[in-house]
Amino acid sequence: MESTTPSTPPLVTLRNVSKRFANGTLALQGMTLDIGEHDFISFLGPSGCGKSTALRLIAGLTRLSSGDMHWSGANTGKTQSDRDLGFVFQEPTLMPWAKVFDNVWLPLKLAGMSRDAAAPVVQQVLEMVGLSRFADVYPRELSGGMKMRVSIARALVTHPRLLLMDEPFAALDEMTRIKLNNDLLAIWREHRFSVVFVTHSVYESVYLSNRIVVMAARPGRVIDEIRIDEPYPRGEEFRTSSRYNAHCTAVSQSLHGALHGLDIDH
Amino acid sequence: MASTSITEPVALADANADAVPSEAALRAHEDKLRRRESMLRIVAPVVIIAALLLLWEWTVRANNIPHYILPAPSLILRTLFDNWDSLSSALWFTIKLTLLALGAAIVGGVLLAIAFALFKWVEIGLFPIAVILQVTPIIAIAPLILIYVSNTTAALLLCAWIVAFFPILSNTVIGLKSADSNLRDLFQLYKASPWQTFRYLLAPSALPYFMAGLKIAGGLSLIGAVVAEFTAGTAGKETGLASRILESSFRTEIPMMFAALLLVSLLGIVIFIVFAALSRLVLGHWHESEMRRER
Repeated sequence: MESTTPSTPPLVTLRNVSKRFANGTLALQGMTLDIGEHDFISFLGPSGCGKSTALRLIAGLTRLSSGDMHWSGANTGKTQSDRDLGFVFQEPTLMPWAKVFDNVWLPLKLAGMSRDAAAPVVQQVLEMVGLSRFADVYPRELSGGMKMRVSIARALVTHPRLLLMDEPFAALDEMTRIKLNNDLLAIWREHRFSVVFVTHSVYESVYLSNRIVVMAARPGRVIDEIRIDEPYPRGEEFRTSSRYNAHCTAVSQSLHGALHGLDIDH
Repeated sequence: MASTSITEPVALADANADAVPSEAALRAHEDKLRRRESMLRIVAPVVIIAALLLLWEWTVRANNIPHYILPAPSLILRTLFDNWDSLSSALWFTIKLTLLALGAAIVGGVLLAIAFALFKWVEIGLFPIAVILQVTPIIAIAPLILIYVSNTTAALLLCAWIVAFFPILSNTVIGLKSADSNLRDLFQLYKASPWQTFRYLLAPSALPYFMAGLKIAGGLSLIGAVVAEFTAGTAGKETGLASRILESSFRTEIPMMFAALLLVSLLGIVIFIVFAALSRLVLGHWHESEMRRER
């Protein structure tokens, strides 16, 4: 479990991190992980495997019960600075009373940046997600995919070093999902932040990530880490290649081991 | 080759024009439908009310019903104009009482709701008292209030306030708690201050609920004002529409009772229309409840 670039220290280090809820459920048991600079890591597993819990722990939205979490250098359980982090939820989670611009401005506004000062940055990230012409509309006027783009723009507006995404495309149709996958990869490659991406789709995780963390439920834990050593950019030719299929098969087998507690090949 | 490239688009455009009406024509058609609907919304109730009034007028005249049993609408209107001086001052007093009570209910209800949402123990301690005030019929408390509060106007105001503040309180409390939990997480993630969270997340989330409470409280404050004045009788320096109704009932001036009643109803209707319009103005651009649906 090394990061992609061993020369630089990992962005976030988790050592034997566990989370037990107040009702006694062990949501996550002994997770150890290094999130490297410019990693694209997928957390893959069935529901109840603690992948969302792990994401919320990294975001500082919930406290860890035991173990250790470091943010490159700083040794607190919190993020080094709130600006280092972007979070994308499963739902677009936009404020319906605010226009697209104001939704994307929010993180900067909460940090005390005026509308005028934020405007160029907001415009820039809206352009990044292909919505520069939609700054002045309300979320309800947008399609599901476009709302998700706004949500991604909001997460990127602070230029975070780490983008956390909790099944962001699960509710979208296949065509929109593929388009957003490609656009996300392009943005990630250009801006060189790290991504932790929670998903239950084997295909999505193989297509996007350089590392897949396979998880199992009851208790939620990591059972495998699989590297997808395929070059970026990845496009349609990768999605239809035999190598892609081979990766998907390998990840599926690892995941099925997680589901049944045994290896289906034997 | 050249000739086809010129004629083809023209032919296509013609075909399009035949198959589907232009956007402008569609919009004009939609406008016409919308105008027709809004006309219907005004015309239909007016026609029905006018028909009922005519039927009433005809019944009274045809059967020679004496005015001390059932006055005709024409007589009620005449009474209204003849006694406009006394009725208008009563109307003004009732309006004042209603609006003051409503204003106090908004301030009290919203402040209490914020306290409830911020401090759990305030809600646990005070909510039962708010419920007791709400479930006890105002008409049963009003005599006590009139005894303990020496200033009649203040006592009336207190009665109307008790009736009106509860829907604002309970709706605003629900509204403040209804903020999306992911958005709450987002505000926590970006280290929003309590004031920022209130200003940019909780208050806008609560607004639709508050507006719904306001619509109810508007009508209730009028009811509270009228009921309280009924209980107070015709005491006090200034008197409102309820006193006019009481007086005329003592003197069996039935047309006067109807005239005062008409003003009470009209006042209630105006309050309803104003708050419905206010709600549309505030929420119309984003909240489902006030959005025009496409069909």
